[in-house]
Formats: sequence, structure tokens, C-alpha cells
Amino acid sequence: MFNFASEEWVQALKEAINSSAGYAEAAKTWEGDFYFIVEAGGPIAQETVMYVDLWHGVCREACLCPDRSLKNPAFVITASLPVWRKVIDKKLDPIQGMMTRQMKLQGDMVKIMKAVKAAKELVECTTRVPTKFPA
Amino acid sequence: MWYFNSPLIVFGEDALNELSAIQGRRAFVVTDEVLLGLGHVDRVTSKLKEAGLEVQVFAQVEPDPSLQTVKLGAEQMSAFGPDWVVGLGGGSCMDAAKAMWVLYEHPEILPEEINPITPITLRQKARLITIPTTSGTGAEATWAIVLTDTAEQRKLALGSRENMADIAIVDPIFVAGLPPQITADTGMDVLTHAVEGYTTSWHNDFCDGLCLKAIQLVMDYLPRAVADGTDQEARERMHNAATIAGLGFGNSLAAMAHAMGHSLGAVFHTPHGRAVGLVLPYTVEFTGLTAPERYADIVRFLGLPGPSDQAAQILAERIRSLARTVQQPLSLHGAGIPPAECEVALPRLVQNAESDATLVASARIPNSAELVRLYHCVFEGRPVDF
Repeated sequence: MFNFASEEWVQALKEAINSSAGYAEAAKTWEGDFYFIVEAGGPIAQETVMYVDLWHGVCREACLCPDRSLKNPAFVITASLPVWRKVIDKKLDPIQGMMTRQMKLQGDMVKIMKAVKAAKELVECTTRVPTKFPA
Repeated sequence: MWYFNSPLIVFGEDALNELSAIQGRRAFVVTDEVLLGLGHVDRVTSKLKEAGLEVQVFAQVEPDPSLQTVKLGAEQMSAFGPDWVVGLGGGSCMDAAKAMWVLYEHPEILPEEINPITPITLRQKARLITIPTTSGTGAEATWAIVLTDTAEQRKLALGSRENMADIAIVDPIFVAGLPPQITADTGMDVLTHAVEGYTTSWHNDFCDGLCLKAIQLVMDYLPRAVADGTDQEARERMHNAATIAGLGFGNSLAAMAHAMGHSLGAVFHTPHGRAVGLVLPYTVEFTGLTAPERYADIVRFLGLPGPSDQAAQILAERIRSLARTVQQPLSLHGAGIPPAECEVALPRLVQNAESDATLVASARIPNSAELVRLYHCVFEGRPVDF
């Protein structure tokens, strides 16, 4: 089990992405890196910033960042811990999450809406990472 | 959490009279030249004038309206300064009106930037009335906007919940003279909205009843409306069905038949309703193999006999039976597209379908190889068994 939003969890996610044939195919034309940010609140003392660089169906780089200043990704998705958990548990579609403002997106919205299948496959990858959420 | 959006819906015979009671100063009517020629625009403008409104008409909306047309209409709208925008027509006119309205309220926004995630504030300058003249798209009761980028030759699925109409006027007088072919094409569009709205992965309690009722209305009244265009009851019930299905799928999303049908329309210029209706039974069979429960509900509601584990196949056959009755094609070959053209177009068809936003809500999302096999089934009229 990997603690959610730890360096180990991020590396396990990278491995899950790069071993997913479904993601490789769905995201074969995708070019864009992300910050996935867990907002501070509850057991999360300060916001946690995960960086994931996705390029043509593979994850080129993934790491935990000390803060938002390390990279300048094309997309930033921010949500609270309970919302991230709902997405990973497949109880919340990430597009619906953004439409209901439970998840906040910065970046080219049009590009995201054209890559919905890749987004679905990415969520599938997160479900393959054995995850322990903070209590 | 989720939302349910709806305009005030005024429906039935003489619903258009509601316009006589509208309060305001100026109305800008967005429509097309055909409707102008048919006298439908006069019907609307005379009611608006009865209400004391000054009226300007923009009748330059083309089928599959372009970004350029939307910008042109928004410029004229800004110059006129209406407090009501009226979208009169099929989906093209109503979608164009929605987009022009957004640009009128927010000149800094480009039409291709209208999306469901970035909040916008409307109704600072005007409100929107939609009046459908076909029984199909349901655009009068959805916030979706489909525009065409002519430079890049692609359709853009846009829209924000804010651009839902304030009032939808669903008066059967506008569809009384529709020819059988358009009646059948648009009727299959209604059925596709309703079936997909009920079976999408975004389905919800608020939409379920609407979708089931719309399916029932189409099954009962579309054959009558096609066979006898003067059957007023059938016309009215189909007109209601289109709006009900619009509310249903507009608040739950369309799915794979729209992704594949949009692709067919873009490549072969097949009319939208015919394209999605043609694909529908195949997508029902495909998704039903892994998620049969929702199809079992539909089959039970329609009173169709058979085991529940075969509900998708039973529903697919019922849809094909309806298509035969209203003389719709059951395959691309049947639609007159030669096999060689289908094969040449296959990579483009698959690519378009995969990048279509509606695919996300499908209960089962096909991969590229499955899409190739699905299109081969649609080419040949062969049921899906994988």
C-alpha cells in the first residue's frame, strides 16, 4: 500500500501509467504536463503538489514537489482530499468534478474536453495503485 | 452533486401566444432563410410586435452554423441592443442564438471558448427564448452548442449551463408541414437522445423518467407522424417527445451513438438524426454486453417480451423494427454509401469518434480496434456480438 500523494505513490502511479496499454492508446496524441494538487484541510496540513508529465501515451516524469514554484505545467487541477478520493474510487467522473467546481482546472479547457478518453484511462491507472488514504 | 437545468416550457397548441405577453423593448430573432420563406418568422415577429417589442431578424444561419456566422450575428445583435434573443428553427438556429447571446453579453469571449467549466454570467443584457421548428434536436431545452470551425473542418461541442434558454415555446404548428424524411430523421434523433440519456454513465434520477417517456412517445407516435403528416396528435406528441428527450439527455449527456454518429455526419454528410439513429442499435448491443441493466429497464417499460439478460439485443431489434417502419437505413450500405468509401474513411471515422466529447459518458468505452469492428458492423448491417 502506498500513502496517497507521497513520493512513493507518485512513482507507483508513473509505473501504472506506463504499463497501461489502454492509456497508451487513448493518450497517444496527448501532450501536456500537470500539477495535481491536494488542498490543505483535514489530515492534509499543507497543500500537496504532485507533478506528472504526460507525453504521447507515456509518463515521462512524475514527482512530488515542495511547492508550486518548481515547474510550470500546462494544467493545474486542484481538489480537496475527499474529492480526489472520490475520483480514484471512481465515484466521481473527473469531468463532472470540474463541471460542478469540486475540482478546479487551470489550463486549456478545450484541450481537456477533447481528451476525455485519456482522462478516463488515467483514472483507471490511479485505481491500480494500492492506495492508503490519510484518516 | 449534479444539476438539473430547464427553461420554462410552454407547450401544446397555441403555445406561441405566450410571446404576446412577453415584457421588454427589443427582440432579436435568430433564424434561417427557409423559415423566413415558410412564414414561420412572421408568425413569431407578429406576436412579439403585439407585445409591443421592436423586432430585428437575423436570417443568415446556415446548417451546421460556423463561428463566423455567430460572430456576424453577435455584431448585429450588439448594434440592435435587444433585451430578448429568440432562437427560431432547428438545432442550428437555436445553437447559433445561444452562442450569439453569449458573445453579446461578453464581447471579450470567443465562441470556441464557451465551455461548461469556466463560469460566465449572462442575463445582464438579454434573456433567451427558443422555439423549435423540428421535433428532433431538443436544443430548445439543452445548454449545448454545436458550431463548425470551417477553417479546420471540424465540429465544436461547446456550451455552458448558463446559456440554457429562459423560455422554450414548443408549439406543434411549426412542425405541421414537415416532410416524411425530415420527420423520420429527426424522430430517430429523439430516440437516440432518450436511449442514451437513460443509459449513459452520467444517468440520474431526475432524467430517467423523462428519457423513458420520450422513448415510449417515439415508439408510439413516430410511425404515425411519418405515415400521415396531418396526424396532429402524432405531431404534437413527437414535438413534446423531442423537448422531453432534450431535457433528459441534456442533463445526463449523450454517449457513444452520438460520438460515432457525429463522425459519420462529418465524413459522409449524413443528416444528424439519421446518422445517430443508424448507429444506435449497434451501440446498444455493444454497451449492453457489459452493462445490460439499464436496457432491461427500457425493455420492461416498453413491455417487450424476452429474458432480461438479452435486453440490449431485444431493444436493438425494436429500434431496427422502428427504423424499417419509418424507412430509415439499417446499415451504411443501405444508406447508399459504397463499401470502398467506407473502408477509405475508416481511420477518419475512428479518429473523429475517439475525440468526440460524448464518448466519455458511454457505459462502455470502445478502444480503437473495437471502434473499427463496430464501424464494420454498421457498414454491413451486422449485429454486434463482442
